[in-house]
This record gives sequence, structure tokens and C-alpha cells, in this order.
Amino acid sequence: MLNSLSRFFMRRKNWSIPYALFLIVFVVIPLLLIVFYAFTDEEGMFTFANFRKFMMHPEAMNTFIYSIGIAIITTLVCLLLGYPAAYILSHRSLNVSKTMVVLFILPMWVNILIRTLATVALFDFLKLPLGEGALVFGMVYNFLPFMIYPIYNTLQKMDYSLVEAAQDLGANPLKVFYKVILPLSMPGIVSGIVMVFMPTVSTFAIAELLTMNNIKLFGTTVQENIYNGMWNYGAALSLIMLLLIGIMSLFTNEEDNAQNESGGVI
Amino acid sequence: MIKKIFAKGYLWLLLALLYSPILIIMIFSFTEAKVLGNWTGFSFKLYSSLFAGGMHHSLIDAIINTFVIAFIAASVSTILGSIAAVGIYNLRSPMRGVMNFTNSIPIMNPDIITGVSLFLLFVSFGVSQGFTTVVLAHIAFCAPYVVLSVMPRLKKMNPNIYEAALDLGATPFQALRKVILPEILPGMISGFILAFTLSIDDFAVTIFTIGNEGLETLSTYIYADARKGGLTPELRPLSTIIFVTVLVLLIVINKRAEKQKKE
Repeated sequence: MLNSLSRFFMRRKNWSIPYALFLIVFVVIPLLLIVFYAFTDEEGMFTFANFRKFMMHPEAMNTFIYSIGIAIITTLVCLLLGYPAAYILSHRSLNVSKTMVVLFILPMWVNILIRTLATVALFDFLKLPLGEGALVFGMVYNFLPFMIYPIYNTLQKMDYSLVEAAQDLGANPLKVFYKVILPLSMPGIVSGIVMVFMPTVSTFAIAELLTMNNIKLFGTTVQENIYNGMWNYGAALSLIMLLLIGIMSLFTNEEDNAQNESGGVI
Repeated sequence: MIKKIFAKGYLWLLLALLYSPILIIMIFSFTEAKVLGNWTGFSFKLYSSLFAGGMHHSLIDAIINTFVIAFIAASVSTILGSIAAVGIYNLRSPMRGVMNFTNSIPIMNPDIITGVSLFLLFVSFGVSQGFTTVVLAHIAFCAPYVVLSVMPRLKKMNPNIYEAALDLGATPFQALRKVILPEILPGMISGFILAFTLSIDDFAVTIFTIGNEGLETLSTYIYADARKGGLTPELRPLSTIIFVTVLVLLIVINKRAEKQKKE
């Protein structure tokens, strides 16, 4: 027994088998279960009723559209604030220290609830009302590092001689930026957009804390339904969110792979 | 020159914006006031009552649970993920692609989807939710990151050294211990650290798999607390301690990495 076991592990490719089984049980089957629950009713019969309920339910539909709207605004603000920051951080002649880069990434490692409560504290302290403004501020504050990091990464790996060549050939700084730097940083921008949009559209609990329960986002709708025992409807809502995110991530597959190869900041 | 000042000024402004909420919490951790924003004089009372226990026993329990779960999940993920990385690296083309793709699903998935899917798994198979299910769920989203951090080390390794060790009479397990392990160890360590932080930070997956037997982690504790309307004053010093620890750790790690690069 022990002998055949050790012979089995002699072949190194067999080492992937325990993990393959683990992935099947804890990744593949759970995702299939979402699909199964989404298309069945409580008795386990096939039905489209869960999706029909979503379409007919104006509140759920409105929350869905509103969440996408908030996610788009957050992503745009992050891009407008984050791109210049990533550009300055990666610019050679400015010689920004690595520690500065770490300072920008660092908030990513602080618990998201603590960050959110800190935002609430800030608004309380400044006597600003909680609401939509606080919601967008909190989301930007939470996810800005996810925009800066990928853009910084691509800008840093950019072949700087292309910029110099453009300058030598007489392009003015504005033209160098639009014709050379911006197109070359596109992969970073795309993955930044996805990395901000996805968590913003799928968060739950964060919006409630930032708006004193006045505004609800789609993630909360999903969580509440699951919590209240409406597993089938909750699964259908999850599937809708998954489709939205799947469509988004179709744009980025290749860039993501390139980034994984290089490893992180730390 | 002006451009330089302007550029650096922008960075500092953005940093001030990013850090102002956390700074407010830090400043008000040194005063006793129940409501954040009231300054009632400098005091260490919140820090001492955080560690004194008694009153905030459940908070201390939640902290201990968080770290125990993170430690178990990160350790198991590191072992499972490293073995898997060696296996996947030695797989042939179609299977290797399938494994890499499946491995990337938990990373691409938003937390809430991972949470819902695991919740459905546990309820479908009648597994009662609690400590074990949280640990299993955390392993499920941590192990893929370990695989990703070990893989580049394997790719950089010269594949002939392993064969050479076998030719020179080492058993496969000796070759593993003396050749492969030292090569991938740095990847395993950074994978472990990553898994540990991800586990501590997690909220969305935990809340779906923790059940309702009264088990709390730091995230669920803060969530329950915040929903009751307030923020327990003791969370201020706690956040401060966590934040400063993470800050110091990351700066130290980064300085070390920079130094190693120079050498």
C-alpha cells in the first residue's frame, strides 16, 4: 500500500491531483450549484421564475442599475485621480522613492470595514452629511489603490526609449503623451478599470454603512436574499452579477496573465 | 523644477486624502470619548481597556479566532498550493491549461460570489457551518494565490538540477527536499504571507460560511457592531494597532527587497 502510494507520487505531475480534487469540490461544484439553484424552484424543479421575478421586481432592477451607475462613477473618479498619480510615481526624472509607492498600495491591506468606518468617522468629524457623496468618496477611498497599482506597473515596464524617440523626432510633450505613453499604458488602464469596477459593483454592507442604510447596492440584495432563506432567488441574482463580471473580465484576460508573471510589490 | 514640486505636491495631497480617515481614528484613539469627534483630553484608557479584557471579552475572542483561522488556512494553503504548483508545472499542455484556468477562478471571482457558492455547497450537503467551514472556505480562496507565487520560482529553476540529483543517486524525496524545496521556498513564504493577510482581511466569504453558532471573527464583529449603530470605542485603538503593524511590516519587507536587489 505504502509502496504503491510512493510510486504514485514518484511522478511529479501526479502531485497536482490532490489540488485538482480540492478545486473540483470547493470551486467547480459550488459554482455549478449557483447555476443549479438559479434555475430551480424550492422543490428542485426546473424554472425561469427566479429570473422573471428579478425582471418584474422594479426595486431589485433599480438597485442593479443604480449599482452599475455608482460603479461607473467610482471607476471614472479613480481613473482621473489615479492615472496622474501612477504616472508621477513611475516617472524617471522625478525619482519617487519605492516607499512612496508602498504608501499608496498600503491601504489595500487594511480591513475594508475598518476603512469604511474610518470614512464614516471622517464625515462625522467634518460634520458632512452621509449619503451619496459619502458613498462615492468611500468607494474611491477603498478602491483607488487598485487603479494606481496596475497602471503604475505597466508604466514602469514601458520601454522609455520610445518616449525619447518621439521627443527626438520633434513631438511636443502633449503629443508624446497622447501618441506614445497613453496607448502603451492601455493594458494597465483596462485592468485598473476592471479591478475597481468589479469590487465596487459586488460589495455589500459598505454602502449601508456609508449612507446610514439609505442606499442599498446590488451586493446587499444578494446577501439579504440568501440570508432570508431565498436561496434560489439569491443564486439567480448571483448568476446575473457573475455574468456582468464575466463580460467585464473578457476584456482583460491577457493583461492579467502578464501581471501574474511578474509578481507583486512586496 | 516647478513641475517637480507640482507633481510631488499632487502625490502628497492624494496621500493626505487616502490617509485622513485612518488618521482621524488614530488621533481619537487617544481620548476616552464614546462618540468619535469629541475630544475629552489625552488618555490611554481605550488601549488599556482593550487589553484588560472583561468587558470586551468577545472582541478579544474575535481577534484570537481571526488569527487562528488565518494561521491554519495560510499553512494548509501553502502546503497544498506548493505541492500543486510542482504538479501543475510538470503537467502537459491541455491539462496544465485546465488547471491554471480553474486555479484563476477564485482569484477572478468577486468575494460575494465565492461566499454564496460555498454557502450553497455547505447547505446542499448538510454540513453545519462554523469554524471548519470558515477555514475550508479561506483555504479555497487562498491556495490559488500560493500556486501563483510558487509558479514563477519553478519556471526560473533549471529543470536539469532535479534530474542531476536523481542521476547522482538521490531518491525522489531527497531530490525534492534538497533541490526543489530550497528553490521554491521564497515563493512559498510570500505565498504564506499573502494568504495570511487575505484571510485576516476577509469579510464577504467569512460571513456566508460562519453559520450562526456565535463564532465571530474580527470582520464579523466589526460588522455586527457597526450595524448596531456605533463603533465600539475600543475599535479605535485596535484599528490603530493593526494599521501601524501592517505599515511597519510592509515598509520593512520592502526595504529588505530593495536591499537584496542592490546586492
